[in-house]
Amino acid sequence: MNFSLLSSEMLAAGLGTGLLILGLIAPKTENRRGFGYITAFGLLAVLVATFFQYGINQSTFHELWIVDDYSVFMKQVFIVAAILVVLSAVDFVETLPRFRGEFFALIVYALLGMMVMASANDLITIYVGLELMTITFFVLVAYQLGDGRSSEAGIKYLILGSVSSAVLLYGMSILYGLTGTTTIPEMLTKLTWSPILVVAIVMLIGGFGFKISLVPFHMWSPDIYEGAPTPITAFLAVASKAAGFAVMVRVFLLGLPLEGAVDWMLLISLLAGITMVIGNVVAIPQTNIKRMLAYSSVAQAGYMIAGLMSMDAPGVKGILFYSMIYVVANVGAFTVATLVRRALDTDTIADYAGLGQRQPLLASTLTICLLSLAGIPPLSGFVGKFYIFQAVMDKGILWPAFVGFVMSMISVYYYLNVALYMWRDDPKDDRPVPVPGPAKLVIVLSLVVTVVLGVYPGPLGELATMAAKSLF
Amino acid sequence: MSFAQFSLNNAWLIPMLPFIGFLLIVTFFKRMEKTASTTAIIFSAMSLALALGVVAAIAQRPELIEEPFVRSFRWFSMPGLEISMGMMVDTVAAVMLFVVTLVATMVMIYSTGYMHGDPGYTRFFAYLCLFASSMLGLVIATNLLQMFVFWELVGLCSYLLIGYYYFKDSAREAAKKAFMTTRIGDFGLLLGIVVLQLNLGTLEFTELAEKLPAFAAAKPALLTLIGTLIFIGPIGKSGQFPLHVWLPDAMEGPSPVSALIHAATMVVAGVYLVARLFTLFHVSPEAQHLVAYIGGFTAFFAASIALTQREMKRILAYSTVSQLGYMMMALGVGSLTASMFHLMTHAFFKALMFLAAGSALHALHGTADIFEMGGLRKKMPWTAAFMVIGMLAIAGIPPFAGFWSKDEILLMTKLHGFTDLYILASLTAFMTAFYMSRMVFVAFFGPENPKNHPHESPASMLFPMSVLAVLAVVGGLVGTPWTEHGFGYWVRFGEYHHPEADWTVMGGSVVLAVAGIALAWAIYGAKVIDAEKLKQRTGFLHTLSFRKFFIDEIYQWFNEKIVTGAGKMLYWVDLHIVDGLIDGMAYITGKFGEQLRLTQTGQLQHYALVLVGAIVLLVLLMGIVGADSAMALMGGGR
Repeated sequence: MNFSLLSSEMLAAGLGTGLLILGLIAPKTENRRGFGYITAFGLLAVLVATFFQYGINQSTFHELWIVDDYSVFMKQVFIVAAILVVLSAVDFVETLPRFRGEFFALIVYALLGMMVMASANDLITIYVGLELMTITFFVLVAYQLGDGRSSEAGIKYLILGSVSSAVLLYGMSILYGLTGTTTIPEMLTKLTWSPILVVAIVMLIGGFGFKISLVPFHMWSPDIYEGAPTPITAFLAVASKAAGFAVMVRVFLLGLPLEGAVDWMLLISLLAGITMVIGNVVAIPQTNIKRMLAYSSVAQAGYMIAGLMSMDAPGVKGILFYSMIYVVANVGAFTVATLVRRALDTDTIADYAGLGQRQPLLASTLTICLLSLAGIPPLSGFVGKFYIFQAVMDKGILWPAFVGFVMSMISVYYYLNVALYMWRDDPKDDRPVPVPGPAKLVIVLSLVVTVVLGVYPGPLGELATMAAKSLF
Repeated sequence: MSFAQFSLNNAWLIPMLPFIGFLLIVTFFKRMEKTASTTAIIFSAMSLALALGVVAAIAQRPELIEEPFVRSFRWFSMPGLEISMGMMVDTVAAVMLFVVTLVATMVMIYSTGYMHGDPGYTRFFAYLCLFASSMLGLVIATNLLQMFVFWELVGLCSYLLIGYYYFKDSAREAAKKAFMTTRIGDFGLLLGIVVLQLNLGTLEFTELAEKLPAFAAAKPALLTLIGTLIFIGPIGKSGQFPLHVWLPDAMEGPSPVSALIHAATMVVAGVYLVARLFTLFHVSPEAQHLVAYIGGFTAFFAASIALTQREMKRILAYSTVSQLGYMMMALGVGSLTASMFHLMTHAFFKALMFLAAGSALHALHGTADIFEMGGLRKKMPWTAAFMVIGMLAIAGIPPFAGFWSKDEILLMTKLHGFTDLYILASLTAFMTAFYMSRMVFVAFFGPENPKNHPHESPASMLFPMSVLAVLAVVGGLVGTPWTEHGFGYWVRFGEYHHPEADWTVMGGSVVLAVAGIALAWAIYGAKVIDAEKLKQRTGFLHTLSFRKFFIDEIYQWFNEKIVTGAGKMLYWVDLHIVDGLIDGMAYITGKFGEQLRLTQTGQLQHYALVLVGAIVLLVLLMGIVGADSAMALMGGGR
């Protein structure tokens, strides 16, 4: 038994529990800002620790748990997202009526769930990680006590999340019934075509598709994104989605054979196409920035899942690379939304008028992040899309790239719409939009990383290539 | 590690330092004039020191003549395309590094005096730094794409600097003209780069050098096309005929800008590009001949315009175009040495003349016409002396710098059998001596104009000029036929041939130069020949030269009639057909979104229903659709 393979998870679990205990012993009068910094530094330490796990490529616990470069890369995506979200929330927690310290502990637990998902090599382990993450999110979404919309979102997420979990679990149980195993590599050898396998695979797609908000399993996301506290929305939109991708790629590429079994690729490509179209088109009429970002993130899921269609290392590399830059750009955008919400008490896009005059830094960051999501060169989003569609086109499948291209053009409209309000119009009043220190750090980081990775994607691209190759 | 070695290993610092200076000025020193200019000067002086270090390092390692010193890292890669960023230093680059950093530093020192009291003082220095940085980045580029990036940055900076007095209409127009004219060239260059990449699979200079000979043997016609396309870039940037029109107008910028970008740096970027790709032009004789004849014609053509111009900086501008023509011609006839040598000496004396011209204009508060200046010699002895030195250098009087380099060009043209170009170039040399001495005699000698109250410029302006003046006098001595291991030993392409002194060429060019000066003296100094009568007698020719062969008018006509006409037509198409199509599509997409949005009811039951319903539907779909239709849907490939 090689416990060192669990080191980063143990560190994260220790951090979360430590935060809970600290919350008990810290005096009640103390504000909980310090918890945010402790969490951020702790997570930074975990991030550093994960770098030592590259190149291990071993499994343990009878193949239930695997640490390969792929899982390490994915964990780093989650940790980076968590660090950014925690920093952006340091000032936000002060607006919470109760349980301020536990807020950070819960984020760490959700992160732990995602890390388990990334390293899970077995359906049960996946489910455990997934539920740890999801249940934590039920709590986090409803965290804004006293705010009706937050509670509503919490309840909706709880019920719909349970439905999707049930669906997923049902699908998994059928797979177990068919093969007698739950480990992913073993499944690959034992699955053959049968009518019930069709049901199982559709259910898996439904369950995972819920997490990554694949159309038509995306209906929850705009409502929950809108109601949840904005930093949690950010975390939900980036990390939980990336975690969904992490398991989906592993299960489908390594666990479900295509030859002689069910052609799941047909389903995936169909849904990828629909997702790209619906996400982008419905984003256009949105007037609330969080709903707009929700639909945009639906669309982004469509681009990313298209990378699965190449079924090789370059495609997975594209997904990995895209996950990272998607995290950075979205957290940047959501952090701006958090700050604007705090200062102006609004999420309406029209109320962003004049942000360019009020806070040029926020307006520039939001513009750059949105343009990156739209895939405008030389920003990192362009490189990510390029990697994904290049990989798919190399396999001779041209239509996803075409759909992606057209839909990216459509997306420019609603992304730039925000920029238009910010830069063209004058502010309606002269309330200031303050940018506290930690949030500023997040803003500047996301701005810089989005630009730098677009201009110089080399190192991250190579890391992602290495990670992708470890799967095959 | 010695300083020289350090400089060579860290040559990337040379462009980086001015860039840091630029960042410092725009972020911190926006309102601190003294600090801003000092920062700019310190950073570019550090670059100069490093450039000198690079030159010293190369002097210690003669193997670098054949094998450039390359350090690069991968910028991005994808199948079939690998682009790196880095630095490549060889003797050609070292010469450029030295010239650019030297002139940039001198111009910055000069500008502290020239721009004193200007409201945009710090902005000016910020631009200068950015410009120097881009130009130096271009010099050390390892591949064509990197070079192109900096090439464009140089173009941007020139736009900013020419339009520095943005409140003047003429400056704005000149900046636009410069930018757009050079863009035509850039487009050709970009096309050339793309075709080159498609065919050879690399843009690295070192790899190109290896692959090009084989390619030239296999596909000579295609290589000629590539060479021609690439050469369109230098035609634009280096003001060669027929894209030379922007350069004289660019004199709208402040005089130090003219000295920096239109004498010593930006405009020679084109020459440098051709020199960098000498391996390409060397194996493509047709393209190389094109370079030679365009260069030779430009030299002659521009000189014939300069004969009759009246504004001091305009004369210098046309002389720059003409001298650039010389450099191109030298490359075209196959002599890298002569071209780079002339590039270097020209930078010294032309920068000197532009700075001296700036000094005169500064003193006269903007009187540009040389016939209104008159007799500046007495009130501005230093400026006059510097201008005379520059004049003697460009006219080709030994032992001034210009003599040696121009002699080398003439010699090479003759040696390589281009007799026609040799005659053309000699005539140009005669005209050059004439119009330059005309300018000096009219503006600095003769009676003083009582309306002017000139005064000598401050030391901050005289010092940089004196440095350049010394170099304009002695700078050519590194490349005389009698120098052991001179310029030609270091900067060359292929085997080293020690040049023999050719007394007919040398003697001929001196005689022509002296004759040119004597003629100018006869007309404008001693006034033995009446200038007015001469003008009337040459009538049409004079008008042709004075109106610059009506090239601007022709372009204007073309723009107004053809471009605007086509524009109007396309505008109609755009307005009614394209816009209609786009608007229609946008309308449909928007409506589609509106409708779909309604499915989002906010009702939990609906969401759950959709979720479960979708699963049922998908299962049914998978049941009906078999594997065959799946293949069709996927486009047949997997």
